[in-house]
Amino acid sequence: MADQETFAEDTAGFMASLYTAALRMTRNPSDAQDLVQETYLKAYRGYGGFEAGTNLKAWLYRILTNTFINSYRSRARRPEETELDDVEELYLFRRMGGRDDAMGRSAEEEALAWVTDDEVKAALESLPENFRMTVLLADVEGFSYKEIAEIMDVPIGTVMSRLHRGRRALEKALHDFGVARGLVAAR
Amino acid sequence: MNDEKDDTNIDCREVLHRVYHFLDGEMTPERRDEIARHLDRCAPCLRAFGFETELRRLIANRCRDQVPEELRTRIAAAIDHEHRQRSKTGGIAKGVEL
Repeated sequence: MADQETFAEDTAGFMASLYTAALRMTRNPSDAQDLVQETYLKAYRGYGGFEAGTNLKAWLYRILTNTFINSYRSRARRPEETELDDVEELYLFRRMGGRDDAMGRSAEEEALAWVTDDEVKAALESLPENFRMTVLLADVEGFSYKEIAEIMDVPIGTVMSRLHRGRRALEKALHDFGVARGLVAAR
Repeated sequence: MNDEKDDTNIDCREVLHRVYHFLDGEMTPERRDEIARHLDRCAPCLRAFGFETELRRLIANRCRDQVPEELRTRIAAAIDHEHRQRSKTGGIAKGVEL
């Protein structure tokens, strides 16, 4: 049983990543702050029930995710907002992978160097929520499929499906940014 | 027995189809070895895997945000307030008429 006295110390290190996750989920800095605060309060209240030594990060993310779903998720979700068109595999690689340049840098390194932080965030935020959250948990936070399944309370198969489709959609979104900036030929 | 036998069981299409499973470490050791052997001899597939690895790293690194100092302060204050409330009431009774 974890001790509330050590709560602040135990959990302080996670605030930055929880805040990043909250920003991607809510797409709104004010809501993100409220969401993180609510998460910390709930975590504090329930900390006595947390088994010390087990996965604290996953536990906190479960609270964050549940709080988001229950309180912040847009209620009027239209069907097209939960759907995702199929995007081909290796979307970005197929359009950007290529020759090495004169200095021996791969085309891939070149290609990925142009992306700005804001574009990566915007690309992620353009995904429908379930796909966005799955990609976030896997690629930004490094959770395993199993941990994501527990955090989002869905079967592992669903995690895999959302992750693979979400990643491909993310690649397409990044590609579209590149096209818009004139750095990549539309293909 | 021919030690140079080619792994014709797995072709590029299959390998590329499994790039995410491989990079996520969500694969049996046997499958993993099979794909690793393929990558050892197939430059185009290796390149695709390399690109996807870089892309994952990019997404992780570029998706960071600064926590506003006021948020840390707010949260510390909220927890402190909660803590003091509990100490006062003994943490159990709520709304008890005295």
